[in-house]
Amino acid sequence: MNDMRIVKRDVDMNDTKISAKGVQVFYGDTHAIKDVDVEIKDKTVTAFIGPSGCGKSTFLRCLNRMNDTIDVCRVEGKILLDQEDIYDKRVDPVQLRAKVGMVFQKPNPFPKSIYDNVAYGPRIHGLAGSKADLDVIVEKSLRRAAIWDEVKDRLQAPGTGLSGGQQQRLCIARAVATEPEVLLMDEPCSALDPIATLQVEELIDELRENFSVVIVTHSMQQAARVSQKTAFFHLGNLVEYGDTQQIFTNPKDERTESYITGRIG
Amino acid sequence: MHNDNKHIASAFDRDLEAIQALIMKMGGLVEASIKDAAQALEERDVELAEKVHKSDKAIDKLEEEVNEEAARLIALRSPTASDLRTVLTVMKISTNLERCGDYAKNLAKRTGVLVNMNPITGAATSIRRMAREVEEMLKLALDAYIQRDVGMANEVRHRDLDVDQMYNALFREFLTYMMEDPRNITACMHLHFIAKNIERMGDHATSIAEQVIYLTTGELPEDARPKGDITSQKMMDVEGE
Repeated sequence: MNDMRIVKRDVDMNDTKISAKGVQVFYGDTHAIKDVDVEIKDKTVTAFIGPSGCGKSTFLRCLNRMNDTIDVCRVEGKILLDQEDIYDKRVDPVQLRAKVGMVFQKPNPFPKSIYDNVAYGPRIHGLAGSKADLDVIVEKSLRRAAIWDEVKDRLQAPGTGLSGGQQQRLCIARAVATEPEVLLMDEPCSALDPIATLQVEELIDELRENFSVVIVTHSMQQAARVSQKTAFFHLGNLVEYGDTQQIFTNPKDERTESYITGRIG
Repeated sequence: MHNDNKHIASAFDRDLEAIQALIMKMGGLVEASIKDAAQALEERDVELAEKVHKSDKAIDKLEEEVNEEAARLIALRSPTASDLRTVLTVMKISTNLERCGDYAKNLAKRTGVLVNMNPITGAATSIRRMAREVEEMLKLALDAYIQRDVGMANEVRHRDLDVDQMYNALFREFLTYMMEDPRNITACMHLHFIAKNIERMGDHATSIAEQVIYLTTGELPEDARPKGDITSQKMMDVEGE
């Protein structure tokens, strides 16, 4: 792999963080995900691309059991996080979601102060022993999300009063506050302007030092910019999964080629 | 992997077609230059040589146009996959063609000098045959490009061996002439440079063929390019012959 950024960081990308085998998802009668096998590497940004309705978001939501909240949704197959089946009955989905954090398409800060937005997760999971500990976590998370300097003087102001790009970075700070091992991002930049988008992308690249990041994006250029691995979904199938560079210069499947070059196919 | 489907943005298709049309136009001019230059040499036609000299400007201008168009395409369309490879190969091929044009011009220039000297028996005819071979290789390489035909591209790569062998033979011939009569040296030196330049044109045609393989398959050919130019290891052993 010729990605200069990886050479520089010397990150071992060979560890598998999440391993999905034979995953099928049904929404009632609709077969949304058809037999998907994929290995998501640790400390790597993996991008899921594909046309609307191809199943990429559905698959992403399987990775932290967000589909549990949908009654008609049925998930088959195995998804292992560090070799452990996340759909095992003994797994508490709330604990799982602390390990596998999520950032959504639209910034959705709680109607609370900036401080409380970030402190919420550590509080419910009991990650902070004291107020001082919590202060440290909040500052660290806001710094990681590259928004600390902009909000440090108004931590008690409502999170909803921030700009769209700031709100999204606040949501990322909230997601990283629980020290997740995997961060799922479902089109995190679709509501942001280009500058805020670049800030979030820069942030994603930094987060990769600590987390495995999976990002669903409609912007192929974004997938190309931020990810090391790319998976192309089409009609519920995982068509092609490989190094991002290979997918964008020399895809093996004609459907991938048609999609990324903007052809009807 | 190549894709014949149309883009959703039809202007993108038009841009890609336009830049490839520029390459074809360039290719046509270069082929004509090679042909005319070799004919001018054999027929000692100074006017035709002058024409070749002049047409090189048009080739250079086309190369600039290709580069500008390619830069525009990259900036505005962010091409990926086969589209990206199209833009990359177009840029490389235009450079290859531009160099061939320069060599043809150089041939024409030397013709202007050679007409004032005694002809070397058979040399101009051999050179013209070699030039015809290279011209055909170039044509085949460009046809392979338009048709995305790996088979044709591979044929070009193999034909380069013939050109190399023709060059080796001429090299030996010129050495012999020079040793026979030192008065032949000036003409033979010019003729040798001409032969070497034509051999280089063959290399450029081969390089174009390799770009066709990259464009079509996404990978450059793995096997080493067949090479037949052995003159770099040649010693002065003609005396013994």
